[in-house]
Amino acid sequence: MANVLNPIPVAAPADGAPFLQIKRIVKKYDDVFAVDEVSLDVQQGELFALLGSSGCGKSTLLRMLAGFELPTSGQILLAGQDIVGLAPYERPINMMFQSYALFPHMTVWDNIAFGLRRDGMPKAEIEVRVVQMLDLVQLKPYAKRKPHQLSGGQQQRVALARSLAKRPKLLLLDEPLGALDAKLRERTQLELVDILEQVGVTCVMVTHDQEEAMTMATRIGVMSEGKLLQVGRPAEIYETPNCLFVADFIGSVNLFKGTITVDDNDHVVIASAECKHYVSHGITGTPGMAVHVAVRPEKIEIQSTPPLASDYQSAAEVGFNTAQGVVQDIAYLGSLTTYHVKLDSGALIKVTRANAVRHTANPFTWGDRVYVWWWGSDIVVLTH
Amino acid sequence: MTISLRKGVSLFDKVSGPWGRAAVIAVPTVFLLLVFLLPFLVIFKISVSAMEAVYFTDVFTWADDALTIKIRLGNYLLLAQDSLYLETYLSSLGFAALTTAICLFIAYPFAYFMARSPADQRAALLMMVMLPFWTSFLLRVYAWKMLLANNGIVNNIAIAAGLITEPIPMMNTSFSLVLGMVYTYVPFMILPLYANLVKMDLRLLEAAMNLGATPWQSFWRITVPLSKSGIIAGSMLVFIPCVGEFVIPELLGGPQTLMIGRVLWDEFFSNNDWPMAASVAVVMVLMIIVPFAFFNKHQAESST
Repeated sequence: MANVLNPIPVAAPADGAPFLQIKRIVKKYDDVFAVDEVSLDVQQGELFALLGSSGCGKSTLLRMLAGFELPTSGQILLAGQDIVGLAPYERPINMMFQSYALFPHMTVWDNIAFGLRRDGMPKAEIEVRVVQMLDLVQLKPYAKRKPHQLSGGQQQRVALARSLAKRPKLLLLDEPLGALDAKLRERTQLELVDILEQVGVTCVMVTHDQEEAMTMATRIGVMSEGKLLQVGRPAEIYETPNCLFVADFIGSVNLFKGTITVDDNDHVVIASAECKHYVSHGITGTPGMAVHVAVRPEKIEIQSTPPLASDYQSAAEVGFNTAQGVVQDIAYLGSLTTYHVKLDSGALIKVTRANAVRHTANPFTWGDRVYVWWWGSDIVVLTH
Repeated sequence: MTISLRKGVSLFDKVSGPWGRAAVIAVPTVFLLLVFLLPFLVIFKISVSAMEAVYFTDVFTWADDALTIKIRLGNYLLLAQDSLYLETYLSSLGFAALTTAICLFIAYPFAYFMARSPADQRAALLMMVMLPFWTSFLLRVYAWKMLLANNGIVNNIAIAAGLITEPIPMMNTSFSLVLGMVYTYVPFMILPLYANLVKMDLRLLEAAMNLGATPWQSFWRITVPLSKSGIIAGSMLVFIPCVGEFVIPELLGGPQTLMIGRVLWDEFFSNNDWPMAASVAVVMVLMIIVPFAFFNKHQAESST
């Protein structure tokens, strides 16, 4: 299957610059910044996901890439060429629209051929290309159908075929799986990534679904209020969020407010109402500084007896990173169980345990007094 | 045109049961039978009867144990033989077609920009389209007489401005007739077009542009085909009444502008030849219904 599609002919930037460069892009509506000085580099062959809740500016950014919106200021370079001045129909960029925007009066075949015909491609070549696309998305028997005669999953694949038919330099995906139901979405995520890798096209996708972004993307950019807060591989975003918003937005997190009391070469101590946190990695901060301590629920241990010294990561941590509380709620989710523990400080934290063994006796019940503790290396310290 | 192909029980069926659907369809059916089919049959009967003084002869007579059916086709034969009738029919169709085409040409851009204007302005624009309906139709047609007459406002202004020295005869010509019909019927073209265009999914145009279509190409390949049902509805609403239009040809038309509505009027009220008038009417109705029935059938088949 690897040779089904010719590699997309792209003039690689001579100086090895990133394939897509977004430079200080601003989009203002009246006095509101929809996109606020976003700069971003995407490498060739990457599947980059812009992640954020609705209204964060991710769709506006995507629409500026497609040319449907003009940036107030800033540059967009594709393969070294500034494309801001190009009309949407002049850009070597195709888009898979949210809920697909298939042409309802055309057959699947005509939908896929639409872009090729606009380019004045000879008929015989169009035929070859459309068949190739139908093969790619396995819709050959449906070529003569109209979009409304297809299921949601099939429509999604027609939309994909249509957006890939012209072999765009850059493919934009706007909530590509948003219109599918949960079960189908999970299967389609990997299918879609397979096809995109096979074609080798550079992609920028927009999604509000963090699971979708984590599964599909090589890198993720988290956006909020028009700003790009953090860019990184999925694991980086999750394990080393750079600010409160990202920590809280991606997955769930327990946050403790504290103050730095000790700042040594190999560790930091942060005092909060719950306990003293022993952080076994360096941070940028000075004693007396107010910070947030973030710990993911699955990184917290829970038991009804006090932890032994050997339970800690190192001897230095004994007595730190530990709190007591009462089990207030237990949510059994099948693969996981989430315990909601009310600490003596009054803070409510979440602890998740994997149910790796069938029929494990529930070690605690509502109202039980428990100890919770975590390792110093699992702590993320957030300054803003 | 998108027609849902899903078969199954709708909410309506669940609530009302199988008889509910029949009952709702029955109301307009009975209404149309009473006000359209029955009168049409009466007219048809008159068209194949003869006049005896002020009475029509019966089609069916029962005498001496014999049922006699007497269908007089003389009027229809006359319609076929007298080329004046054929000419009038063709001329009516021609004027109606021309009016429809001009209406479409004017209404499409209007409806398009109305549908694309900011949502808070659309209501006002729609109101302006319907404003003429607030005054009498006759009054508005008379107003055109005043405008177009040889000593009317248009000619007077043109002469005063020194553009012309002699008034241009505009009244009682094909020009005034078509102008009057376009003026009267253009809202009937705008409204269905607007209703269609306003609900169009604008992302389809973005999708077309994204795939390399220029705005002009997007318009012809996406907007126009998707507004087909609006174009058809508007054209029917203009074309059908225009074919049989009587008032406008009477007021604005001239001796050269043959319209079947006027012939109909003359046969009924000047000649008092009701059977002849009835046959003219029957042929006119068939002439419109038969092609549209074929067209509708074809439409229904091609959209599945």
